[in-house]
Amino acid sequence: MKYAARRILALFITMILVSFLAFAAFHIISGDPARAILGMNATEKQLELMRHELGLDKPFIVQYFNWLLGFFSGNLGISYSYRQPVASLIMPKLKVTLVMVLISFAIIVVFSLPLGLRAAQKSESRFDWIRTSINQLCMAVPAFFLSILVSYVFGIILKFFTPGDFPKMDKNLMGALRYLFFAAVCIAIPRIAMAVRMLKSTLIEEMEKDYVRTAISRGNDRVEVLKKHVLKNSLVPTITFLGQTMAEIVGGSIVVEQVFGIPGMGRFLVASISNRDYPVVEALVVILAFWVILSGTVADLINQKIDPRLKLGGRA
Amino acid sequence: MKKNLLAGILAVSMVAALLAGCGKGTAQNTGTAGTQAAADAAAGTEQASTERAKANEIVIGIAQDLDQSLDPHYAVAAGTKEVMFNVFEGLVKYDSKGDTVPAVASDVQISDDGLVYTFTLRDGVKFHNGDTVDLDDVIYSIQRCKDDPKVNPQTSTGLQCIESLEKDGDNKLVMTLSEPNTELMSLLTLAILPADYDKQDTAPVGTGPYKYVGRTAQESVELEKFADYWGTPGNIDKVTYKINEKVEGLVMGLESGALDLVSHLSSTQVAELNKDNFNIEQGTMNLVQALYLNNEAAPFDNELVRQALCYAVDRQGILDMAFDGYGFPIGSNVFPAFTKYFDESLVGYYEHDVKKAKELLTQAGYPDGFDMTITVPSNYQPHVDTAEVIAEQLKEVGINATLNRVEWESWKADTYAGRNFQSTVIGLTADPLTARSLLERFTTGQRVADEEGNRGNNFINYNNADYDALFEQAVKCYDDAEQVKIYKEMEKNLTEHAASVYIQDMADMVAVRKGLTGLTFYPLYVLDVSTLKWE
Repeated sequence: MKYAARRILALFITMILVSFLAFAAFHIISGDPARAILGMNATEKQLELMRHELGLDKPFIVQYFNWLLGFFSGNLGISYSYRQPVASLIMPKLKVTLVMVLISFAIIVVFSLPLGLRAAQKSESRFDWIRTSINQLCMAVPAFFLSILVSYVFGIILKFFTPGDFPKMDKNLMGALRYLFFAAVCIAIPRIAMAVRMLKSTLIEEMEKDYVRTAISRGNDRVEVLKKHVLKNSLVPTITFLGQTMAEIVGGSIVVEQVFGIPGMGRFLVASISNRDYPVVEALVVILAFWVILSGTVADLINQKIDPRLKLGGRA
Repeated sequence: MKKNLLAGILAVSMVAALLAGCGKGTAQNTGTAGTQAAADAAAGTEQASTERAKANEIVIGIAQDLDQSLDPHYAVAAGTKEVMFNVFEGLVKYDSKGDTVPAVASDVQISDDGLVYTFTLRDGVKFHNGDTVDLDDVIYSIQRCKDDPKVNPQTSTGLQCIESLEKDGDNKLVMTLSEPNTELMSLLTLAILPADYDKQDTAPVGTGPYKYVGRTAQESVELEKFADYWGTPGNIDKVTYKINEKVEGLVMGLESGALDLVSHLSSTQVAELNKDNFNIEQGTMNLVQALYLNNEAAPFDNELVRQALCYAVDRQGILDMAFDGYGFPIGSNVFPAFTKYFDESLVGYYEHDVKKAKELLTQAGYPDGFDMTITVPSNYQPHVDTAEVIAEQLKEVGINATLNRVEWESWKADTYAGRNFQSTVIGLTADPLTARSLLERFTTGQRVADEEGNRGNNFINYNNADYDALFEQAVKCYDDAEQVKIYKEMEKNLTEHAASVYIQDMADMVAVRKGLTGLTFYPLYVLDVSTLKWE
């Protein structure tokens, strides 16, 4: 449990660091939120007024601490671009992205495990190159292209959903889920391909170890050995990989959200960056950092349960 | 593996069908639920637009969300004005020719000396909140645009000539000016708002044919027909704008039936659409697209070099290469749809002529050309495409141009406000729609800083004494025809001295679903939904 506490502390510190870096980054890149709001013809006087209104005339470090204080008291600030509290603006978007990411993760787990196992078993088959080629193709296909393809085939030709018409989640939950499912598939496909490859090589590596050969030579059934020993031993790297996947698919959601027209967090983040809407970006960056670290932490904690040796400080 | 793949596909389609089935929420036996529901869903999509036609609604796709403030006096983004044009009106408003016609005022009398304007308030004009517009509202709105420091400086500066606003009875407003202003009517298209209503930011109230219902950030904006509109009411009951910053997403939305109308498409995007379902209408963007040259940055401080560039750039070539031949070549800083001030003779002033360009370069001391940078805002694909073609064309005369792609906010801060650039491709609009707003920006007054340290919007640092003198003459001229002549002289001055390389006004392709008619183009960046209707 001490370990868990340590991880949580690390999580906390990382989040503060990330929030500071994001804040600093905005002060380094060019562009001015006041000008973003007031447009090209704004006068210096107007800009000054707006900067004052937004508190941007204060020193950088004061701005940051004000934000940090607000954050800890549960106040994420007011969005520059919408004049609404950040929390109420991003909640619906977080919900959408979270659901999409979870669906995507479920698809990845459901497909990559059996496919990876199969690929490892059949790795000596004559047709392995076909599998490998399909695998590489899936890995290489850009999310943008895949999204357009899926929208076109399943949306416009097969009409399983209407691209560009994302139903509101609170009004038509099943419609929204159906819509998100296809977007989630686009996020999942390259990841499945990667997971399959990872699993295949891990399993093959494990199969070639001495203890497996010994077990088989002592007359144990190949399949039984695979199931009982090899799989268990390959579980740790797999969980670690899935933890990374969980973190990375949030990033993958940005492009997919744009093409599918899903009002999620990724799109909102991109728009807020280009509008120099600092409060929104800060909040989203911290949430993203939290998500990434959380995924890693959860994976580590699960790994420890599986392999108590890791508690001694070793690493998977 | 084959079996696995097959199983995989089956599983995906089953989950899909299941979700499709759940979505319909019909209680069917499990054996047929999947296919049946899928068929239902399919039929549903196809009919989505037909159903909207029946319900008298439309969905319009737009590429950017609205401004942070919906207050029309503060709104700056062209995309916001494009939508809110339907919500607000001034004493007068623009018609589709760009002329001003009476709106909240039913009549205006102007004294012979051009100093006294008497507006008659139209009877029974209502705000969207149900209140009747009175003279206090009108005075409040004009006064606010004149005095509030947050208002667009081009509007507030123009209104400074108003000396007094007085009521004459219940329905007459007497406006006295300190000096005549021929462009006042354009400025008086400013929105009339209810006096002292402080929620314009988030819940705007106007007098237009459509009222604002609500918005969801980065998702949609909703308008509804205003039943008590004083004039010709709109036809469509409900208008929803859906936001998708990826044009591919908008095109997909049209194809799928989610959207009925999308403006500002390119010829390539339009080509992808199924012509059985859509009519493509072609208008103009109403902007001046040019390779703007920083007249203070070497070598563009040399007029000969600028002229050489004008000869070296082949405008028709740009249209053919990057715009499938669509677009309207220009020769100065006015776009063709602004017919009153557009001087057609300037379009052909610099014919594409490589030899002449080289001669001019030699004369200027650059016989072997030079290196230059074109800064382009990377989010505006048409400008990036244009810059790429120009860079290619300039190679012919020995000029080696490299593109510097920057983000839009950086462009605004560094290139436009900071004037830290050599050349840039951008489109400038007229706001308000006056010759002054297009041409004043190249005067010395806009180039140098005023006593408060403000620099105006002469971001190319054009510096020409004749031009300044002409502008002085123009603003002091109260005879319309004479003034038009002076403004045309100014255009010619820009062309002759090659202030920049003027290229075109871009074609504005609008995809409209079959059955939806009445699309009207304006010489402004607006979309009038009140004239749209389902057949």
